[in-house]
Amino acid sequence: MAADTFPKLLEERARHGGGRPALREKEFGIWRTLTWADARREIHELACGFAAAGVRRGERVAVIGDNRPELYLSLCAAQCLGAVPVPLYQDAVAAETQFVLDHSGARLVVAEDQEQVDKILEARERCPEVKKIVYSDGRGMRHYDDEILQSYESLLDAGRAHARAQPDFVEREIAQGCGGDAAVLLYTSGTTGEPKGVVLSHENVLVTCRNLVKFDRLSEREEVLAYLPMAWVGDHIFSYGQAYCAGFCVSCPESAATVMHDMREIGPTYFFAPPRIFESLLTTVMIRMEDAGAVKKKMFGFFLGVARRVGADILNRKPVAAGQRFLYALGRWLVYEPLKDAMGFGRVRLAYTAGEAIGPEIFDFYRSLGMNIKQLYGQTEGAVFVTAQPDGEVYPDSVGKPSPQVELRFGDNGEVLYRSPGVFQSYYKNPEATAKTRTEDGWVRTGDAGFLDERGHLHIVDRAADVGKLNDGTLFAPKFIENKLKFFPHIKEAVVFGDRRDFCAALVNIDLEAVGNWAERNNIPYASYQELAARPEVYAMIADSVQTVNRGLAADKQLCNSQIRRFVVLHKELDADDGELTRTRKVRRRHIVEKYAVLVDALYGGESHCFVEVAVTFEDGRVGAVSGDLQIMDAEPCAPQPLAEAA
Amino acid sequence: MVGEKNEALLKVENISLAFGGVRALEEVSFDVMRGEVRAIIGPNGAGKSSMLNVINGFYHPQKGSITYKNRRRAQMKPHAAAAAGIARTFQNIALFRGMSALDNIMTGRVHKMKRGFLWQALHIGPARREEMENRAFVEGIIDFLEIQAIRRVPVGRLPYGLQKRVELGRALAAEPDLLLLDEPMAGMNLEEKEDMCRFILDVNEQFGTTIALIEHDMGVVMDISDRVVVLDHGKKLADGTPAEVRGDQAVVDAYLGVARG
Repeated sequence: MAADTFPKLLEERARHGGGRPALREKEFGIWRTLTWADARREIHELACGFAAAGVRRGERVAVIGDNRPELYLSLCAAQCLGAVPVPLYQDAVAAETQFVLDHSGARLVVAEDQEQVDKILEARERCPEVKKIVYSDGRGMRHYDDEILQSYESLLDAGRAHARAQPDFVEREIAQGCGGDAAVLLYTSGTTGEPKGVVLSHENVLVTCRNLVKFDRLSEREEVLAYLPMAWVGDHIFSYGQAYCAGFCVSCPESAATVMHDMREIGPTYFFAPPRIFESLLTTVMIRMEDAGAVKKKMFGFFLGVARRVGADILNRKPVAAGQRFLYALGRWLVYEPLKDAMGFGRVRLAYTAGEAIGPEIFDFYRSLGMNIKQLYGQTEGAVFVTAQPDGEVYPDSVGKPSPQVELRFGDNGEVLYRSPGVFQSYYKNPEATAKTRTEDGWVRTGDAGFLDERGHLHIVDRAADVGKLNDGTLFAPKFIENKLKFFPHIKEAVVFGDRRDFCAALVNIDLEAVGNWAERNNIPYASYQELAARPEVYAMIADSVQTVNRGLAADKQLCNSQIRRFVVLHKELDADDGELTRTRKVRRRHIVEKYAVLVDALYGGESHCFVEVAVTFEDGRVGAVSGDLQIMDAEPCAPQPLAEAA
Repeated sequence: MVGEKNEALLKVENISLAFGGVRALEEVSFDVMRGEVRAIIGPNGAGKSSMLNVINGFYHPQKGSITYKNRRRAQMKPHAAAAAGIARTFQNIALFRGMSALDNIMTGRVHKMKRGFLWQALHIGPARREEMENRAFVEGIIDFLEIQAIRRVPVGRLPYGLQKRVELGRALAAEPDLLLLDEPMAGMNLEEKEDMCRFILDVNEQFGTTIALIEHDMGVVMDISDRVVVLDHGKKLADGTPAEVRGDQAVVDAYLGVARG
């Protein structure tokens, strides 16, 4: 029978192929490797050390710091004893750390260095249950004489002494564990209210990881760089769960600042990053190409064009003309491979992105280079994987098919519910929240609205709370449509109306920089933002974009009726100073509806022009008004279309 | 570390230095104890950098003596100072701009490398071993100063604060007994200053290095120094703990520009 807990899995790993690398860390400029057998030995010593420090079955052991082998080993060592590891966010402020420490009732804390120790010491007064702080890097701590502190080395020493007294202690402890035991306690950062502690069992994590290892055919030869916060469920699954299940090696970067260098040195084959990392890498490349010589620039431009045309098809194993295939092969040798290598993606076989929507052009860029980047949708509550894109079925706008053993269901307002072996046990010490999120029969409410298209792919459209309905009863997801509009570089903001209306209408803000550039190149004169926004050429361009969005929406049965029928290009930029956006640049829908009531009425009243006057706050704080006669334009809806083939 | 605390590592007595008719230093005496952080402060043109250059052997005083490690001299010579365990950083950063941070710091080990030019060019046997030992030491410094990410970056491309840190690294690579820092915090923002303070204190604590530093920023000096000597117009104005110096009327006047009466 397969191991049902991580410590049992560790024993297996050490027995079969214990000489393979398990963890790697760059220290003093040199990569040092720990094999699975080494890892097992140190984990056993650690576990004994924890036991000697008074950690008992069921208690919590907190872990805080950057991705370090010591901390990853501590996770498993705690699990050996049947204690529950609680990874904390290393850059959280003291108050937040204290909340989690107190709430989890951690008995022992493994901290990376002085910075983290200081934070824990500060929090300790309110967290009486913390009985010991173990630090792995003692730098700058020569004058710390608090008895609660102990160095990692001396804990290992204590562990070795303990092991001499009771030689088979750890083995006996490991044997007592079972799959239903809590494996890890992960706190969700919680944008609203206090963080909630998600309890995942060994079975939750193991079954999910094993399924995904099979799904993506991960082997023990994968290389992974652990650089995302350990407290985040993603890192726990990728750098811990899957590493144990597939038996691959996890490398820890030298420091947070060296991640990109370390990427190139390690050459990960399996990589996970939120969209903004892919975005910023692409931007860096483009900026550096600006400084390249003319020949290189030309070559780069030409072969990127080739890649854009046929790269994705080649990756998806579609038929491609021989000539194009040849050019692509040449481009791979001259441009794509060197480029990927420069970004540290030279050996990436599989990359995932998740967390938020990734811009289709960014997504397509990487895929066209031949990098298999895919999207997934997940939550801490479901051990990450709810849906993922299978190889060969990758569409930039979907988040993929339900992962193995995951069932999906949809609530009234389009809310996505799922049930899977990864569904969490409970929110720690918070039964009300547990009951609110997880139904009696094991379905988890995600709070996100979405739908399945006819290919069986899930689309996430919005937070369920923001989703409404058109008068004909179909789903209306404003943010989904707005995002599609905002993916055009010349559209800065968009606000779409449609809840309890007959059709959808949009307010559009042009991007002054992008549209201004475009106007200059095309000899379109303008004196102000307002004048530029009102130019017929600009209207034509926006109409074109709206048309493209409509075509995309028409392809989805559920969203076909959400096509934009009328739109207006606003004469002023939506601004946080005027209360139209939040400080983080999110649209304040309700406020805009009030402020632009005249315009909204005109949109739905069928008029072709509307005189609008709105208040503005200037940068010096004075208040004025801008007025203008705005043109309202109709957009042709598209007929429903069959779905496009894989991109 | 040789010797004990409470023993003067360096003593300068009645130093006078003049450039033509300009008297940069007049009859200045003070000492630096083993293991302490000693600051030399004063307004612009007070003679702080001149003092450091005298200790370091760049300038040769017309009068006075320098006693370093119980050996009394009329003047130092730069290479003798370096060989005797004095390392320094400069106010205007004196690094090899085209070389990487790592190579710059390696140059600080030059006194520890015994093999000749030919051996090193061939890079075999003992020369290779020697280089590896020294590289390991330098990697320790890189780790200590947290500059792993810029190891391979040419120094000329680094921001000012990091260049200062590399320069400190090079000085540390010589394993000095006495470290002279010429305005280590000049031109830095608050965060960089705080970082630099921490590094200075850590160097002093972990390696037991004696540190003499010149600094403009009074607040910083008062926080990290054990003792402070105040210069003004080439003369010693005050000498003592930060608290004593701060309370000294002559110092207050010099800094606030009040006429002495």
